[in-house]
Amino acid sequence: MEKTVNQKAWFLVLPVLILVAFSAVIPLMTVVNYSIQDAFAGEFYPLDDKLMWFRELLEDDRMWNALRRQAIFSATILAIEIPLGVFVALHMPKRGVWASVCLVLMSLPLLIPWNVVGTIWQIFGRVDIGLLGYTLDAVGIDYNYTQDALDAWVTLIVMDVWHWTSLVALLAYAGLQSIPDAYYQAAKIDQASRWAVFRYIELPKMMGVLMIAILLRFMDSFMIYTEPFVVTGGGPGNATTFLSIDLVKMALGQFDLGPAAAFSIMYFLVILLISWVFYTVMVNLDKREGK
Amino acid sequence: MADMTASRSLPRINWVMLLYLLFLMLPIYWLINMSLKTNDEILGTFSLWPQNLTFQNYVTILTDSSWYMGYVNSIIYVTMNTLLSVAVALPAAYAFSRYNFLGDKHLFFWLLTNRMAPPAVFALPFFQLYSSVGLFDTHIAVALAHTLFNVPLAVWILEGFMRGVPKEIDETAYIDGYSFPRFFVKIFMPLIASGVGVAAFFCFMFSWVELLLSRTLTSVDAKPIAATMTRTVSASGLDWGVLAAAGVLTIVPGALVIYFVRNYIAKGFALGRV
Repeated sequence: MEKTVNQKAWFLVLPVLILVAFSAVIPLMTVVNYSIQDAFAGEFYPLDDKLMWFRELLEDDRMWNALRRQAIFSATILAIEIPLGVFVALHMPKRGVWASVCLVLMSLPLLIPWNVVGTIWQIFGRVDIGLLGYTLDAVGIDYNYTQDALDAWVTLIVMDVWHWTSLVALLAYAGLQSIPDAYYQAAKIDQASRWAVFRYIELPKMMGVLMIAILLRFMDSFMIYTEPFVVTGGGPGNATTFLSIDLVKMALGQFDLGPAAAFSIMYFLVILLISWVFYTVMVNLDKREGK
Repeated sequence: MADMTASRSLPRINWVMLLYLLFLMLPIYWLINMSLKTNDEILGTFSLWPQNLTFQNYVTILTDSSWYMGYVNSIIYVTMNTLLSVAVALPAAYAFSRYNFLGDKHLFFWLLTNRMAPPAVFALPFFQLYSSVGLFDTHIAVALAHTLFNVPLAVWILEGFMRGVPKEIDETAYIDGYSFPRFFVKIFMPLIASGVGVAAFFCFMFSWVELLLSRTLTSVDAKPIAATMTRTVSASGLDWGVLAAAGVLTIVPGALVIYFVRNYIAKGFALGRV
């Protein structure tokens, strides 16, 4: 759509600006401020070396390890959830009561508070009282997510797949719904294979929404805190200590304000950078489709 | 399309959906199952359904104000947040969808960056900010904090829906002598009603499920149910039955909301961009 130039539109944006300035800019400036000062007994002292905290963190393994775990986690869940979500969406009923039932049931995990999601899986995976843990134990698989790092990882990944695949599926489903019947009829006349229909009709039509799905899933998985905190508490050892868990430990647990602030800024920058790439790709896709 | 896919899948049962739904429902079923058992039964015997059904866990929650006030608090700040987010996002989304103005693209991305901000980064500064202005442990503090990620999302969704409304409608209304506020409320709002519903749904959803900020910003008066649960787990030596019942009760408001918006879900999840 052609947009007209109108500088007065700023007035319409003003309420959002004021609100976000209060709830984002002020806190962010606080963080920046901490990152270049030394906090001691409630007093702040300027650092001689302004970037000391940043330098210390970059040389320390702690942040790198958390970042590596985080990257592996996000990559794994994206690699599972996106294809699985598309696959489920392709099998969803198109209309009727059954379609509504599927939609409602699938949305259910999305609306469960995150710590309850954690609690559900914490219980579900326990060998003494949980269905999953008990069953695995009964068939002779040695499974204990509080002791074994691999089990903890598998539990968290299955939990995230359980929690968020529906979001991908619903987005992909919305994309599929927008394809006119004529496309399918044309494919039928051409005797296109099922794969060809998917590759040349369904996938291109879904790309836009899939980019949204990838962007949302990337952002949210990169900030994941509550669910792993409830299930594993970052353990065993530090095996599932992701960036947010580590940060909260540092800031609210140990009250190392300076290093935690430096950590926060680098953390935020990493998310921003990757999200910016996804966002740019998405906007360009939109443009190419002429939307 | 209908006959192509339907004729192939109708005679058979849709195994993919069936398995997927089973996978989704099993953990939830297990929670419900546990909430209907006594603690002795949970720890003593392993059974797929409650042997002696009890509603005692629910009674405990619904008669103890430190429990049920958690739900009331959550619903208060979630409602406040939803109203606030959608109200400020509406004019902004209109501006983004209709006009070019200095810095519009940068501003839009900057708004979105707030959706990308990890709550963990903001927890401590928020605590200090709201303490210093005397809002700590109030509902409005949590509602304001949640606008951090809900306002950008609401703007994003509404902008998508508004782009779908032809501009000619605006122009015709102005020619007919409508003032901007009157046009916006009388003509434009009804056209994007589903978009407003979807935006409200998402604001409700993300505010309802969030724990880190709402826990950091409250202590007693505005303590959300999610935080009440974590406290009780650590304090009372794991009362599994009550914990499970509290969990089930947190699912109920979400389930109700989904039921009301079920026809918009698919479009809504695409943020109006389909």
